[in-house]
Amino acid sequence: MKKIHIILLVGIAATIAVLISFLQNTSTYDTVATAKSKPGKFVHLMARWDKSAPLEYDALKNPNYLSFTAVDTLGQSVKVVYHQPKPENFEISERLVLKGKYQDGYFDCQSIQTKCPSKYKDDMEAAKKNVQVSEAVENK
Amino acid sequence: MDYIGEHLLPGQLGHFFIVLSVVASLVATFAYFKVTRTASSVDAGYWKKLARAAFVIEVVSVAAIFSILFYIIYNHLFEYKYAWQHSSRSLEVKYLLSCFWEGQEGSTLLWSIWHCVLGLVLIKTSKTWEAPVMTVVSFAQFCLATMLAGLYVFGWKMGSNPFTLLRDSGVLDSAVGLHINADLTQPLRPDYLSFIKDGNDLNPLLQNYWMVIHPPVLFLGFASTIVPFAFAVAGLWTKRFSDWTKPALPWALFSLAVLGVGIMMGAAWAYESLTFGGYWAWDPVENASLVPWMILAAGIHTLLIYKHSGHSLRSTFLFMILTFIFILYSTFLTKSGVLGEASVHAFTDSGMNVQLVGLLVLFFFPSLILFLIRYKEIPSIKKEENVSSREFWMFIGSLVFFLAAIVISAKTSLPVFNKIFGTKIAAPEDEEFAYNQIQIFVAVIIGVLTAITQYLRYKDTSSSFFWKKIWIPTILSIVVATLILAFGDVDYLKHGPGFLGAIWLAIVASVYAIIANAAYIWLGVKGSLKLSGGSIAHLGFGLVLLGILISSSKKEILSKNTSGIAIDFGKGSKEKTGENLTLVKGFPMKMGKFDVTYVGDSAHPKKQQWYYIIHFKSREDDEEFTLRPNAFVNYKGNEGLMANPDSRHYPGHDVFTYISALPNPEKNKDTASFKSNPVKPGDSIYYSKGYMVLEKLSSRDSLPFEGFKPGDKATVATVRVHAFNSSSYTAETLLIDQGGRQFSVPDTVMSESLILQLNKVDGDTADLGVKESNSILEYVTLKAYKFPYINMLWLGIIITAIGILISMVRRVQLNRLKKA
Repeated sequence: MKKIHIILLVGIAATIAVLISFLQNTSTYDTVATAKSKPGKFVHLMARWDKSAPLEYDALKNPNYLSFTAVDTLGQSVKVVYHQPKPENFEISERLVLKGKYQDGYFDCQSIQTKCPSKYKDDMEAAKKNVQVSEAVENK
Repeated sequence: MDYIGEHLLPGQLGHFFIVLSVVASLVATFAYFKVTRTASSVDAGYWKKLARAAFVIEVVSVAAIFSILFYIIYNHLFEYKYAWQHSSRSLEVKYLLSCFWEGQEGSTLLWSIWHCVLGLVLIKTSKTWEAPVMTVVSFAQFCLATMLAGLYVFGWKMGSNPFTLLRDSGVLDSAVGLHINADLTQPLRPDYLSFIKDGNDLNPLLQNYWMVIHPPVLFLGFASTIVPFAFAVAGLWTKRFSDWTKPALPWALFSLAVLGVGIMMGAAWAYESLTFGGYWAWDPVENASLVPWMILAAGIHTLLIYKHSGHSLRSTFLFMILTFIFILYSTFLTKSGVLGEASVHAFTDSGMNVQLVGLLVLFFFPSLILFLIRYKEIPSIKKEENVSSREFWMFIGSLVFFLAAIVISAKTSLPVFNKIFGTKIAAPEDEEFAYNQIQIFVAVIIGVLTAITQYLRYKDTSSSFFWKKIWIPTILSIVVATLILAFGDVDYLKHGPGFLGAIWLAIVASVYAIIANAAYIWLGVKGSLKLSGGSIAHLGFGLVLLGILISSSKKEILSKNTSGIAIDFGKGSKEKTGENLTLVKGFPMKMGKFDVTYVGDSAHPKKQQWYYIIHFKSREDDEEFTLRPNAFVNYKGNEGLMANPDSRHYPGHDVFTYISALPNPEKNKDTASFKSNPVKPGDSIYYSKGYMVLEKLSSRDSLPFEGFKPGDKATVATVRVHAFNSSSYTAETLLIDQGGRQFSVPDTVMSESLILQLNKVDGDTADLGVKESNSILEYVTLKAYKFPYINMLWLGIIITAIGILISMVRRVQLNRLKKA
């Protein structure tokens, strides 16, 4: 066997090892119920902002404390605490990917991913809304 | 029905040219295929004429589609969905181009037009390779053309047409007022267009000059990868296994330089326009274009090995094929919507997934099967590479780079696995670290290999030759790296000492790469610029690595909200100190070595965009500057803000800041109420940002106060307010007694947003009302970073690109010389 072949095998073995260890560190996409069932474990919670519940953010008091209620597609909700200001597009986002852990009765969120407005469907929904708004103005 | 005010001609022309481009590219593909397969030179000549004519028609069609679409956007013809969806009247002209490529169709078109340009150059220059290479290019053009077609084939919609009319797009279907008699079952009113006054506008985050130039450069990089791919396929197809490498090499170098610059322009945009606080986030969309770049780099190195030693031809074929396949894969990832949950940038499903997968499959399987069929026939050398040879170490470097690309791609593909297997695996907790902890070792290996490999000779190097030259740069590197580590304060301990050790190793390796390659320009090629393309490129790459390592590991959050600045959360509070700081207008706050003041704001004349004037003043020296981060506030009626950062550039570092929160003018009503506090002089009252002491209560008979008549009595409460930021203020609130009728005159401490009011006095006990209100304040919350040595990264990119282009020019010259 040539040296190059040995190195090739070692390289491939290392690659596989790296990917296996990566898979062991991955987390999961969860609903509120499943996130609550594993407190302290890092998960990706798929939910949206429940606009009917109060949102707490006062930049004068603490710019690094945001708390709101997230509700998932099954209708279950959880209080979310996030130590950053509201992320961009938070208000218009149809869905949030909340990364963090459920603990002490609330979801301690490390990062929030909102949907990017460059995505076409969202854009179109927002745009449709705007047509209706402008047309409502016209009709007044 | 005729609608008033529509311009239908451009769209009809556009449709015509789209159909023409589908047909022309198909004819070109077939004709070039025939040229390649026909033995008779007379027949081949006829086919070739047809093929060229068809391709020229294709070029004309694509150029026409491009121009017409731009005409529509430029003239704000909102009867076309594309113009309405992506632009607006208030948009600056320079951003009209960004609108063009904001959409799927426009970006496909951009890709297609670069293929046209490259195709014309190939027809002119590639001689005997023209037919097979252009078969591949024309076929790619056909695939792209179908993606723009928007035609229904047996009920299946093929592609998405940029000339769709707004009224046909479904957007207006539910707009009641635009229909006859306001009835949705009726058609649109003939004058509906008069109600569409403005377009939907370009996404504010894309209203940045980088977005004018980054997509064309990136897509030129994307498009140009087809050339080495086509040459490799042509080599396999026509069994000219060796010849293709000569013309393919300069093309591959061109592609590497342009794609690399294109990717990093995207990084520069992210740095200047996005608010994740950096230029790279290992986002799937970023990774998707980095992976083919890395494979292409590996392929170029194996190609050079082949040229000089005859080894590694098979891997060259494989790498060149995979480069293009991964370009197609990245197109699939970004456009199919599969990344929806994993990436912030990706598009959602555009309904073209069948076509996107088809594109991937149509190129992947034929090229791979061809490679496997021909594998045994591809010449290879039985004799083993010598360990002291340049090719041995170059191959290891290429292999490591390739495997690193595969690892990145596999991690990025988690959403694809989820889709296929129905799993719900998500990225790990610290996604960036999951990449960094592996790639840093790749950086170490690649850094060291780029440093030493140039000093080795192909086939065999005598150890005396090697050591004679390499000892100078080695010692120099050890000295420089030691100095950096000793005085550079690289102490990034977030991920433990092990990772810090890896960072140090990588710094040493990248310093070695920089110095050894710089030295090689003199030691190896005697300062000949023409010959030193490789060294310059590797030197640049070393700078890139060093820039990344230092700017990331020494990135500093200036707006760290530690106690003592604004807020004391009290004992036992779960509220952590954070990374954002609130600045009250006119009131300086400490931020690192700066006193930072929010001076005021100014509005954009045409848009809902505000510029916030933030003044930085150093306490240590007389450094002073103003940054103007801006934000779109409640853009298009949607509550919220979209911020654009601003940074101050220094040779050594950048100060980078953006607005992270603003008071909402709608909600900023004074809802706070006075809390009553019965106190005696000397007692204190706490509020959220400090405490206050009632110093004294005094009675007065006269006051310089309008309406204060002789006989009236007043009690003055003197209150000393101590803020936790160690400022203190005196406030006086009055209780006036006008013949039994009492009223109070409150006092305000603006910077603390406090309103004090003396409600009642009973002996020496006063009832002091305290209100903390937001409405009296103007403030911004911002985040500020310090990025050290970020310019080294940008400089490194430019040097790398220049180095690669020098090599390219040299390879083109060499090819010409050989032919002559």
